[in-house]
Amino acid sequence: MTTTMATTSSATTAAASSKSSPGPSTTGAAELARRGEPSPPALQESTLDPAEALYSEVIPAGNGWSREILAGQVLRIVDLEGNQAVDTLFFNAAATDERYSAPDTITAQKNIYLTTGSVLMSTEGRPMLTIVADTCGRHDTLGGACSAESNQVRYALEKKYMHSCRDSFLLELGRLGRGMGKRDLPSNINFFMNVPVTPEGGLSFADGLSAPGRYVEMRAEMNVLALISNCPQLNNPCNGYHPTPVRVLIWDAPAWDSTTWDVP
Amino acid sequence: MTMVKATRPKMTKTKTTTTTTKPRVAKSVVAAKVKATGSSPAPARGIKVSSANGHRATPDATGPAEVLRHGQGWSRVLLRGQILRITDTAGKACVSALFYNARNPIERYNVADTLKAQYTAFLTTGRVLYSDMGRVLVSIVGDSCGWHDTIGGCGSAATQLARFGAGDYQTLGNDFYRNARDNFIVELSKVGLGKRDIVANVNFFTRLKVDQAGGLSSVEGSSHPGAYVDLRADMDTLVVLSNTPPPVTTATEYPGEDVTVALAVRVANGRERSGPRDPCFLSRPENARGFALTAAYVAETERLVGQASLAT
Repeated sequence: MTTTMATTSSATTAAASSKSSPGPSTTGAAELARRGEPSPPALQESTLDPAEALYSEVIPAGNGWSREILAGQVLRIVDLEGNQAVDTLFFNAAATDERYSAPDTITAQKNIYLTTGSVLMSTEGRPMLTIVADTCGRHDTLGGACSAESNQVRYALEKKYMHSCRDSFLLELGRLGRGMGKRDLPSNINFFMNVPVTPEGGLSFADGLSAPGRYVEMRAEMNVLALISNCPQLNNPCNGYHPTPVRVLIWDAPAWDSTTWDVP
Repeated sequence: MTMVKATRPKMTKTKTTTTTTKPRVAKSVVAAKVKATGSSPAPARGIKVSSANGHRATPDATGPAEVLRHGQGWSRVLLRGQILRITDTAGKACVSALFYNARNPIERYNVADTLKAQYTAFLTTGRVLYSDMGRVLVSIVGDSCGWHDTIGGCGSAATQLARFGAGDYQTLGNDFYRNARDNFIVELSKVGLGKRDIVANVNFFTRLKVDQAGGLSSVEGSSHPGAYVDLRADMDTLVVLSNTPPPVTTATEYPGEDVTVALAVRVANGRERSGPRDPCFLSRPENARGFALTAAYVAETERLVGQASLAT
């Protein structure tokens, strides 16, 4: 398998990307129909204007990122070039031993996929964020983060040198200086990644459902610390064999609109 | 944690080329102990060390069978080469479980690595439980149930209250409604670990179905009376268990005595040992690499112990 790293263009045009099939917003549904699977839930667009975001940054492939997000603020992650896995964790900013819990999230909604309406639950059973918009349609809760050691098991002992999400997570936690480390890395979310589970208990890594410009947007229900690794994995199709940048934007909580108040 | 019960060794005169590590105890000391306790202080039997090449000591006395009562938490270190058999006596139990590298418990069971490496979404014979360091903590070498879940999470005080209602100690005494998360916190705290060390767990004897849209539902009757699972430790592993209901279940009442679980530890015999003919090794090329990494780690950590004991 060749692992050439093509030069990443910063353009978001679909034509330039080799990572996904360009098309209308129903690409995800069309792909699932082709495989004989039920359609994903309806995609939900956002009404927020990126020009009004108080924060907007591009995370290059292979980089880590973190930021505190206050209750009420909205985080959007944009899959700029399509089918890029974004490994994500959330922590209660005030007490980081309370953190995003994949099992609590999955069992609360009785579904292994995340999309609009999914509530990201904490280890204490409290809502941390709610997904309010999603133009991809399905995000993964089971696939976890790659590591040097899991790359050795899954691919070859000699691949230990390859960059991995866990390295990015650990380095970003170190930069935060909050005393967090490996013990603080439980099962993470993989935005834009598609890991189907069959009723017979099979697991596969299918081609993703995402496409250039797709995004997922979530509102914080408590003050959270968000931690991202923009996945560098080259050995399976989770990044379309070509890791690419993503953009994160944060909007402030909507202000009160005094014109809608009933003034007695 | 259980203490290994020491038993009196057989008094036979056999020529052995191995050196025991039993220290010589003066007769007067032994007599004093007998006087104090009323019984002989018999040393654990079967401790052998091959001094010639520093192989580690492997006890073959592993303790009596135990009963894990409904609601009970439990933990012990399972040494490399030991097999823990968990038996679902009445066929209705759920045993939530977590696993850690006993020597360095920030290395722990990792559900994503376990499922991805083995291209599976459930656990049964021939599959192994990976740590987050590419190593095999335990292998499933026997399974009469056929399906064990690792997606359905573990019960908490809140989920149990919602499903079964209040069941406090004041009202129910020791039948009060315990939950897996609290049991994990208690057992982990005993060895200096805590909430940061609770990660996605295994639920033995539980089966969940995932439909095409990702929907999760409980499958009833996936276990049967006497169903068991055999877990062979491939490195020294801290095993933490909780005999408590899972969050996704069709049960409407908190379980009672009919979920009693039996636990027993034995040493892997010839056919059950790790090696190139082990079905877990053969089931996937990924596992061959995982076992290689595990063997390297064992050699790295255990040889030091063997050589240290040679010096004494």
